[in-house]
Amino acid sequence: MKQELETLQEIRNLMENSSRFIGLSGWSGIAAGCIALIGASLAYPIVSGRLETGGYYSNPEIKTLLLIGLGTFIAALILAFIFTYAKTSKTNIPVFGKTSKRLTWTIIVPTLVGGIFLLKLISYGLYGLVAPGCLIFYGIALFATGKQTVNETRYLAYCEIILGCISLWKIEYGLYFWAIGFGLFHILYGARMWYKYDRN
Amino acid sequence: MNVENLNKAFDNRIRLGIMSILVVNREMNFNSLKEMLQVTDGNLASHLKGLEDTGYLSVNKGFIGRKTNTIYEITKNGEKAFREHLDALEFLIKNTR
Repeated sequence: MKQELETLQEIRNLMENSSRFIGLSGWSGIAAGCIALIGASLAYPIVSGRLETGGYYSNPEIKTLLLIGLGTFIAALILAFIFTYAKTSKTNIPVFGKTSKRLTWTIIVPTLVGGIFLLKLISYGLYGLVAPGCLIFYGIALFATGKQTVNETRYLAYCEIILGCISLWKIEYGLYFWAIGFGLFHILYGARMWYKYDRN
Repeated sequence: MNVENLNKAFDNRIRLGIMSILVVNREMNFNSLKEMLQVTDGNLASHLKGLEDTGYLSVNKGFIGRKTNTIYEITKNGEKAFREHLDALEFLIKNTR
């Protein structure tokens, strides 16, 4: 009786863990959030003067903002990878395993489409929609991961999507919403993940 | 339904583990299975062979570069047998309570 229960428990664990990538480190989230806040503060001097108007940006300003955005994205990605790599080498989860590959692909597709869409928005001068677009596409990418990773990711997805939609009504504060969504939410998410999965 | 319905082929922790993983992932290579189940090469290989002989798994040998990459896939029979085994386990637990 007790043995059968243990067997079922073991089966359940294997079914769950073998189909989800659970190696993502909480520190990855915290680091990504901090990088996002740094990125937002770098962009602030350029954006702040036009917060009310939505305004016009010169080509060099657009280039600088794009570079900050790209730099933030890459730095966050690298740090997230390093922390996750460090965690997976301690536990026995393969970082380039089937689950992580599938998860990466699920995230890449909506992110790439979002990236193309946002670049086009910028080229049409619709700057105000960039921050809401980032939040919404990122939220959808996270949502798409579904049961491929830990459940907390879904809550982060809902938060990003809702925040992104709200920011559509306040596009003049886009950078603030961006900083909350990518900075604050990531730090909270990372801290929660760390507390729940990494602490020991 | 009773204890008779428990499948002898799954009368082992490692075999049960292999089937649990494959029933949700359809297929997986040898090394991933090894890492998830934390077993030795020989031990895993012999149980995989057993399940293959029963017709619950199909084996696909391939290469990644020069390294062999053996992929195990669950068969229709295997999935059916595993589900029946789970039902039997569930039944057993419910009825001994």
